[in-house]
Amino acid sequence: MINLRKRRIYLDHSATTPVDPDVVEAMAPYWNAVFGNSESSHAFGREAASALGRARQTVATTLDCHLSEIVFTGSGTEADNLALRGATWAARQAGHGNHIVSTPIEHHAVGHTLDQLRDLFGFEVDRVPVDGHGLVDPDDVAAALRPDTILVSVIMANNEIGTVQPMAQIGQICREHGVLFHTDAVQAPGRLSLRPDDMHIDLLALSAHKFYGPKGVGLLYVRRDTPLVPAISGGGHERGRRPGTVNVAGAVGLATALRLAEERRLGKDTGLHALRDRLIEGILERVPDSRLTGHPIHRLSHHASFVFLGIEGESIVQALDLEGIAASSGAACAEGEPEPSFVLKALGLEPAWGIGSLRLTLGRANDEAGVDRVLDILPEIIQRLREER
Amino acid sequence: MTGPTAPRKVAVALSGGVDSAVAAARLVEKGLEVAGMTLRLRAKPDEPPVPGPEAIARAGSVSSHLDIPFHVLDAQEAFQRDVIDYFVAEYAAGRTPNPCVRCNRFIRFGLLMERALALGADALATGHYARIRRIDEGYQLLRGCDANKDQSYFLHALTQEQLARARFPLGRLTKVEVRRLARRYALPVELHAESQDVCFLLDGDYRTFLAQHAPETLRPGPIRDASGRLLGEHHGLAAYTIGQRKGLNISAAEPLYVLALRPEENAVIVGTANELGRDQCSVEDMHYVSGEARQQPFRAEAQIRYRARPAPVRVNPMSGQRVEVHFDQPQRDITPGQFLVLYQGDVVLGGGTICEAQNSVL
Repeated sequence: MINLRKRRIYLDHSATTPVDPDVVEAMAPYWNAVFGNSESSHAFGREAASALGRARQTVATTLDCHLSEIVFTGSGTEADNLALRGATWAARQAGHGNHIVSTPIEHHAVGHTLDQLRDLFGFEVDRVPVDGHGLVDPDDVAAALRPDTILVSVIMANNEIGTVQPMAQIGQICREHGVLFHTDAVQAPGRLSLRPDDMHIDLLALSAHKFYGPKGVGLLYVRRDTPLVPAISGGGHERGRRPGTVNVAGAVGLATALRLAEERRLGKDTGLHALRDRLIEGILERVPDSRLTGHPIHRLSHHASFVFLGIEGESIVQALDLEGIAASSGAACAEGEPEPSFVLKALGLEPAWGIGSLRLTLGRANDEAGVDRVLDILPEIIQRLREER
Repeated sequence: MTGPTAPRKVAVALSGGVDSAVAAARLVEKGLEVAGMTLRLRAKPDEPPVPGPEAIARAGSVSSHLDIPFHVLDAQEAFQRDVIDYFVAEYAAGRTPNPCVRCNRFIRFGLLMERALALGADALATGHYARIRRIDEGYQLLRGCDANKDQSYFLHALTQEQLARARFPLGRLTKVEVRRLARRYALPVELHAESQDVCFLLDGDYRTFLAQHAPETLRPGPIRDASGRLLGEHHGLAAYTIGQRKGLNISAAEPLYVLALRPEENAVIVGTANELGRDQCSVEDMHYVSGEARQQPFRAEAQIRYRARPAPVRVNPMSGQRVEVHFDQPQRDITPGQFLVLYQGDVVLGGGTICEAQNSVL
């Protein structure tokens, strides 16, 4: 069927990204030319194992860590699950403490896992508050630590509001108290430095599709000698930490994408700051009763998030979609009355503001023309939706 | 198309069925910017959702096939208020409601149309078999060309403002042609599935629904004849409708039919076939599609149910929004609560709610 489609603009890069053509190329041999099981002891297996080793080396170089500290997983969510379950179960086994400290603005991969560890496994979970910009105060973390605290988990950069946490300071506190420090760093690659040593991070989760890699592959950095019980049981893959035949093509894709992301971040590429600021300033200027959510300075370089008084974010997303612009909203209208997302609630936003959330996340293909089109259209959309109410 | 100023962007209400899918495809083919929308009407924990997940998935597949945006909009609150509550209250009052008329007026061409316009559409299209004609004075609503599928009855309560923004791309087609087009467009829908009568009734059984949501409408009471003689017991007024013969469980020399429901005494009144016909009824909340209420008596054809044969009538406007309708021939099943829709040929004049049937000469 032929449909006249105007130029579409993708502004949802925090949801996922297209796979970089260089990554596709790097992965190409590992579908059928080199297809062995990396655990097999014959030539086919060795080829696969060697590709996997090179991918692991690439990641280790990028993160400035040791090869043995890299565990490939099936997703970012799985990496978070492995970190949290693995570390707490190991502590349980060793008869160590029972207490976990986290924040109220974690991604569900962490938040729901912690809820389950509390409800089904009897761990105690404390969540330190965040301020109106979504920032965690390291002193609050220090104050929350107890002798039986085994783990601190803080999201490096929040997906919904873009706020980047003071990781090194929190890591320092954890290190001083001998408590493991985990972070969901899924939003970070290409935007923030990832080296775990610099931030005293023990466990760090990534997901390839967030940085122009393929879907279905994630990674957990596990500091050497960190006790970890495998979250799922099976064979001895990934040093027994993540059973299941390794996705070699995916691992190669992740490694290549991570290297490219880091090269771009450190290279001449000025990044997306300027476009982001054009978007933020333009929207705040042109749309009455609008606010930026998250931190104005300590925020992801591609990330612009807003709330608009008195309207539903989901409606804005739908109206933008009708114009060919892809965005997202944090607020979910589960049943009937829409509610602010748990993240916006944690910031203390009142519901009249909190339901009207909009997230625009930039990527490599975006340009000024695209941003200006949003700046042209959005005020009109917001006005129309407000008049409808 | 005989619509008003050509729209640029059209929202299409997609049900997951063949009609709305073809409606969307026709608009896409015309080169319009089209967006699919489906309303979530009910999603309560211990109840099957309306529409069901398969229907929503099919509406989504149709949208992907046509490469158009697709959104599911929540209408649960309005649907409960304007359709379900009405449905239950009418049965409780001993009347026989028609929820689809209410839904079209308040939900499809109310909430959904407003949402679609707010989201940036210029018009709302549906897969109804009905037509809209632009005339000097405004818009006319006409029967669909397929006499078997004509759905103008359900749309008679639309206003001029709603008609100005509505599109019925199937109005000139027959069901057979629609199926043929669906095949030609390779639409991912079931060609021979017919849509249910009332979407929120499981297996089409309103009694189960009422038993669950309004048990008070199923209170047993007396069955009497017109003279007040007790003949038996009924299972609740809502289980009966005017003209009904089956399910009375009374042995009598002649077959008995439901003549009337009397909510004030919770009684079902029955009688023989020759007591059944009525040639007059009053209609309240009369709505004229043109927007202008008639002052003088006029002749028209009246349909007293969706599938009823149009009957010639004389209409006497009374005070307020009431009219008296006189049938040339007595009708057996004039049912309070149902909508009486007036036509002149293919043109829908309007309609209202039947509140009482009488006989002019007893």
